[in-house]
Amino acid sequence: MKARVTVTLKTGILDPQGKAIEGALKSLGVDGVASVRQGKVFDIELAATDKAKAEAALKAAADKLLANTVIENYRVELL
Amino acid sequence: MKSAVLVFPGINRERDMARALKLASGNDAAMVWHADTALPSGTDLVVVPGGFSYGDYLRCGAIAARAPVMDAVRDFAAKGGLVLGVCNGFQILCESGLLPGVLMRNAQLKFVCRDVHMKVERSDTPFTRGYNAGQVIRVPVAHGEGNYEADGETLKRLEGEGRVLYRYCSPEGVVDEASNFNGAANSIAGIVNERGNVLGMMPHPENHVEEIMGCTDGRGLFAGLAQHLKAA
Repeated sequence: MKARVTVTLKTGILDPQGKAIEGALKSLGVDGVASVRQGKVFDIELAATDKAKAEAALKAAADKLLANTVIENYRVELL
Repeated sequence: MKSAVLVFPGINRERDMARALKLASGNDAAMVWHADTALPSGTDLVVVPGGFSYGDYLRCGAIAARAPVMDAVRDFAAKGGLVLGVCNGFQILCESGLLPGVLMRNAQLKFVCRDVHMKVERSDTPFTRGYNAGQVIRVPVAHGEGNYEADGETLKRLEGEGRVLYRYCSPEGVVDEASNFNGAANSIAGIVNERGNVLGMMPHPENHVEEIMGCTDGRGLFAGLAQHLKAA
């Protein structure tokens, strides 16, 4: 089973890297960019075939390691 | 003082740290590998040194914080043992949950490698007793992610409980925006946990302990720890 965990910064957390990318996009003349926030994507292959078990494992992975929940949110998707 | 210095792949300040500890206490520090599950018996100080553990993959300190040896460090800290984390060590302690908050990218997005000044906020802790309260010391920094942040409630508690031990300041001791080179909340350079036995700081006091380094302002921290542990 394939899955994707997306980790993003919580609202209100300063994201200087996103800001720098936003500035670069504007200087490239890409139209209509209001703001950019940078995050991370983890593509994970699971041995499990049970959906509920897979989701529980992914949630544990995100809570224990993939995200720092002080500053980040995460979303788990089974693909 | 029987100190243990943790060694993770990618850590590079462990020898500087061991040297500073030996200078202060006369005893060799034990070097403890990340895969070990126990600290040497009789350890009374655990030091998490600086560097780039696991190449700063995922987040600075994130992977080291989950290494087997960290369970032993958590137990040690829970029993009141003294833990000092410097630079990457501070990041590891935050990631491991031993300290609150997080070290974000420097506000100016630049790696900063130079001497800075910091103010010792109080002298009545094992980590600051080698200094006077209000004393300004000069120490080197070398980091790209040292911008300390925590939620408002946590910051309020840190300040209210006197847990900010070191703060960036001008050479004259003024805490202002200009001296807060990495953008840290409240110019925080170093904090302790609630119990006061775990300190994390971004600057490298271990690199200002000998005349040949051009400055010995970092000695106080190690001398204070040695004194404290001798008295204990």
